[in-house]
Amino acid sequence: MSAAGRMAAGLTIETQGLTKRFGRQLAVDNVDLAVPHGAVFGFLGPNGSGKTTTIRMLLGLAAASAGTVSVLGQPMPQRLQEVLPRVGALVEGPAFYPFLSGTANLRRFDAASRQGMPGTRNARVAAALERVGLSHAAGKRVHAYSLGMKQRLGIANALLSPRELLVLDEPTNGLDPQGTREVRSLVRSLAADGATVFVSSHLLAEVEQICTHAAIMSAGRLVAQGPLEELRRGGEMRIRLLTPDAGTACEVLLRLGMAPERGDAGAGISAAGISAAGRHGAVGHEAGTHRAGSAGPDGEVVTAGAAVAARPVDEAAGAGNPQQVLPKPDLPHPEDIVAELVAARVRVRGFSVERESLEERFVALTGEGFDVAQ
Amino acid sequence: MLAALAAIPVLIAVAVRLSSTVPPGRGPAFLDRITQNGLFVAVTAMLVAVPLFLPLTIGVVAGDTIAGEASLGTLRYLLVAPAGRVRLLLVKYAGALAFCLAAPITVALAGAAIGASLFPIGPVTLLSGDVVQPPEAALRLVLIAAYLAVSLAGLSAIGLFLSTLTVVPVGAMAATVVVSVASQIADQLPQLEWLHPWLFTHYWFGFADVLRQPVLWDSFASNAVLQAGYVAVFGALAYARFVTKDVLS
Repeated sequence: MSAAGRMAAGLTIETQGLTKRFGRQLAVDNVDLAVPHGAVFGFLGPNGSGKTTTIRMLLGLAAASAGTVSVLGQPMPQRLQEVLPRVGALVEGPAFYPFLSGTANLRRFDAASRQGMPGTRNARVAAALERVGLSHAAGKRVHAYSLGMKQRLGIANALLSPRELLVLDEPTNGLDPQGTREVRSLVRSLAADGATVFVSSHLLAEVEQICTHAAIMSAGRLVAQGPLEELRRGGEMRIRLLTPDAGTACEVLLRLGMAPERGDAGAGISAAGISAAGRHGAVGHEAGTHRAGSAGPDGEVVTAGAAVAARPVDEAAGAGNPQQVLPKPDLPHPEDIVAELVAARVRVRGFSVERESLEERFVALTGEGFDVAQ
Repeated sequence: MLAALAAIPVLIAVAVRLSSTVPPGRGPAFLDRITQNGLFVAVTAMLVAVPLFLPLTIGVVAGDTIAGEASLGTLRYLLVAPAGRVRLLLVKYAGALAFCLAAPITVALAGAAIGASLFPIGPVTLLSGDVVQPPEAALRLVLIAAYLAVSLAGLSAIGLFLSTLTVVPVGAMAATVVVSVASQIADQLPQLEWLHPWLFTHYWFGFADVLRQPVLWDSFASNAVLQAGYVAVFGALAYARFVTKDVLS
């Protein structure tokens, strides 16, 4: 976030140079988070990228090796006793006393806080259970709960009192589709009430649906952060062109600094090697084949991609992802591309601009494959 | 666990009742007196429970305090509630102390009850030779229980400290029991005589002094001072460890 933006909107969570070292391993490396007030903030990253460790430091469960944390405008963990009653949290999955009922568990956690007013406890526990749809199972022992029910109970625990900030670590883990939808609407309603919601997740579709802002962690470092729209724009742009004059079109596109690849009408695809968009070739192929098939035998598909404005949050992030440091600042506007094509007598039968999805952006920033980041 | 403790005097009383005679001088002290006076079931049971069974239950309770919450994962939710680390530690130790008191009292009560139902109750001859009536004798039983509760306070503090070191409650429990057994063994070795007054188990069997007339408070006082020292040292260690601990479970 820019300095101007930081001043305009108060920050609910701010970390500077936050670092956590476990022995020789750097779990969180120099993270500068800036979560604006009132945002629904998606905290993304592959497994093992340091999300939960960061959350633990935000909540004062673990001490930072270096750097500062401020939550709700107060330094943490120094002002923990004032800050945490205003924060609801679900950290690394729910945890309960299995031999106690859902109600008894919530009462116990509420009693642990000095701010939990005993007079209103029953009403607040009932309201929180109602809000997550667990009223019917309130008296059941937690060991009889399903994973999704425990998850709901964990969210209920975060909602025991009015909160200004909610930190939800993987809130939809283990939930069925209805539960996921409910959590989404719950997060929206919390945000509508003015709370800031900090959601960590690896489910990108979910984040795309509910978040206003996001940050992406990879191997302990923050590789991107900002409003969701800005993050998406930070990715590459692809155009898709349907034309019988593929050869000429490719020449024009190459001249414009793009990396075209040709997809043949029903048959195979002759992919042109591309630099910046190399990772996403496969995505383009599938879609291209599909479109071409429906376009008729005389059409040919050309897709072209380029990193329009790769905007890593800082130099360090760029250094870690070399393919992102290929900015082509003078890329033409889509309408200019069409104009150039037409000027070169290319018959344009179809033209579309596709932005990278958050998922593609995520993979581009964090790497692909099953290897957990070390 | 209290039920298990209550089972000790029941076991003793039933065994004595079913056997025809108890040869004097064999088995635990006071065993041969039970048939004449049921109150001795309680005394015998407490004596039998001191070396292992009581420390075992204390080890389970004190070892579970922090490590048990950590292994369930509820520790992080208590801390973000926020419970406050010092407050949580104090509450947990208070809970362990309550158990230290409840455990010997349970043995005493169960012993007196089963003794009264299976054997006659009568005046009790104390170690000093004086004879006291049953109400006075019951008071002495309560005194023994209090003596044992104080004796176990130090071990509880050790267990609390060990519990802050791990997220595996069984480890903390076992370590606590091992410490108590090791201390008793060290107390048996004449080569370590210089160490004996510093061992927290050293006065554990000194409760016989409250069975004298007048009551000898010396060992009670020395024991209390020693246990207070252990509580201070291991309480401080537990505090130092827990307030700086990264809760990662």
